[in-house]
Amino acid sequence: MSAAPPRTLFEKIWNRHVVLERDGQCLLYVDRHIVHDGSFHAFANLAARGLAVRRPAQTFGTADHYVPTLGRSPADAPTPEIRRMIETFSANAQRHAFQAFELGDARQGIVHIVGPEQGLTQPGLVIVCGDSHTSTHGALGALAFGIGQSEIEHVLATQTLWQAPPRTMRISIEGTRPRHVAAKDLVLAIIAQIGAGGAAGQVVEYAGAAVRAMGIEERLTLCNMSIEAGARAGMVAPDEATFAYLADKPFSPRGELWKESLAFWKTLSSDAQARFDAEVTLDASRLEPMVTWGTSPEHAVPIGGVVPAGPARALDYMGLQPGMRLEGLAVDRVFIGSCTNSRISDLRAAAAVARGRKARVPAMVVPGSQLVKRQAEAEGLDEVFRAAGFEWRHAGCSMCVAMNGDAGAAGERIASTSNRNFEGRQGRGARTHLMSPAMAAAAAVSGCLADIRKLA
Amino acid sequence: MAEKFTSITAAAAPCEARNVDTDQIIPARFLKFPRAQGYGRFLFHDLRGEPGFGPLEGARILVANANFGCGSSREGAAYAFRDAGFRSIIAPSFGDIFFRNCLKNGIVPVRLADALCAQLRAMLREKPGAELTVDLEKQLVVEPGGQAHAFSVDPFFRSMLLQGLDELGLTLSLLPEIEAFEKRYAASGS
Repeated sequence: MSAAPPRTLFEKIWNRHVVLERDGQCLLYVDRHIVHDGSFHAFANLAARGLAVRRPAQTFGTADHYVPTLGRSPADAPTPEIRRMIETFSANAQRHAFQAFELGDARQGIVHIVGPEQGLTQPGLVIVCGDSHTSTHGALGALAFGIGQSEIEHVLATQTLWQAPPRTMRISIEGTRPRHVAAKDLVLAIIAQIGAGGAAGQVVEYAGAAVRAMGIEERLTLCNMSIEAGARAGMVAPDEATFAYLADKPFSPRGELWKESLAFWKTLSSDAQARFDAEVTLDASRLEPMVTWGTSPEHAVPIGGVVPAGPARALDYMGLQPGMRLEGLAVDRVFIGSCTNSRISDLRAAAAVARGRKARVPAMVVPGSQLVKRQAEAEGLDEVFRAAGFEWRHAGCSMCVAMNGDAGAAGERIASTSNRNFEGRQGRGARTHLMSPAMAAAAAVSGCLADIRKLA
Repeated sequence: MAEKFTSITAAAAPCEARNVDTDQIIPARFLKFPRAQGYGRFLFHDLRGEPGFGPLEGARILVANANFGCGSSREGAAYAFRDAGFRSIIAPSFGDIFFRNCLKNGIVPVRLADALCAQLRAMLREKPGAELTVDLEKQLVVEPGGQAHAFSVDPFFRSMLLQGLDELGLTLSLLPEIEAFEKRYAASGS
């Protein structure tokens, strides 16, 4: 009897979604497609061709990129153009009759918060969305990746995508994370190690004891930033933590279907002898809280470190010189939010630092979804933040991408829990330092980049 | 329907930085505008005139550095290049999503070795406006002096570009296969 060849988690999911092959490309079947208010070009092109959404029941949407965070009506948008984006999203959802979490819906939020929270994200599924941080959903054992507008249109019209099989990378993280080292620190350390293009063309599976020990929300943060190392997708094999997370979600299977799903999900891990195209290892016990100093997520160093002799352009943009200490560097503004770090555990971590202290600079907290907001309010976290002088907003992408009008000013130095420190990302000329929620809260109450280990 | 691409000979511009992200190619605040208004004016909007970016005027080919077009999936980055007249981008490596967005907008992304890209950029700094040829049929980049460098584009997309075909048109012709797959897939359980 010959055993089946060993396969990776990725291969197990990929293989069962290949409709057909042509010239080295696979026509890949998409289980779930999530659109947002930035996906409008695809809908416009679909309409121009006279095509309909082929599988509305497999299409979901949420308004996030353009939504106001001070109010809950399109009329709260700062400009007519931004308002039009929110209204166009609703019009497309109604016209094509797919499940949408529109502005004002109690479940609305950032697409990568809403998918897992609603149980739309499940192990073994192929999930795509017109946003590069779709890699987030792999934390539950799905194969999930970001696509462009032409690909959105293609999925809307056919429920498939042409894809070349990517290569695979396993990042094994062993050891125990020290206290105050968050999932964000871990992923920043990985990107600093392998580089912003280090996983280009590859699907990354995160494995090892430190990953197994992570909660689901931490795994979501880890997979979220896979794209910042260039990866097509990030994944974690589903385990008991995954199943427990999904057990009570609105779109999770129920009854007999749950039992069947669970049996299938339990087969979704890489076989012992499965081969990866690349292997990377990391010792979590050696990690420290991280901050970025430059304009690429690979520009990350421990908070106790100094600005390295990096590219002149990045140093100039950030107003820094090699050798400067990062700890103590004055900041002008703090942003706690984004699809990377706006889940309830993130807000709890930030609130624990804010509690009983006062923000020395303007700081805002933007929950990832209205349900996260409600949960935080039930726990009294909003009161903790308000008492500490932080603004408490409604859910949306907000200042991570600055498309809704929430933005930093030129020259402002921002401590941010988001995912990109690119030039101009948080506003033209704004300078972004990426860090964990606890570190961002520490920066807010210190008025400068601070070491959470000294505050806690 | 996409425009055919067989070969172009046109002025090339250098772009020096590594890890140029799509936020730099087109800032997010411009993504809300309809395509019909044209995206060319948004290309490198906040960087125009800075050293290392261009001059881009008249260029239809860009020679860039590693991990070009990383970051956001915004197809507006490909729209901006296309509407500004670009038909090819040469770099040692690309952000995956940007690479795919180029292919879908009639822009040929060409991977050449790091050292070769550096050499081409140096040549373009010395001779601004020098012309390169990107020949998709022969899969060659040709320098003004005639030196030719081979590259390869995925045969599926190469064939689409050469014929000016659109993959959605192809996929729509395969709907019976997709429907048959859906039946098999549903029967196989979750």
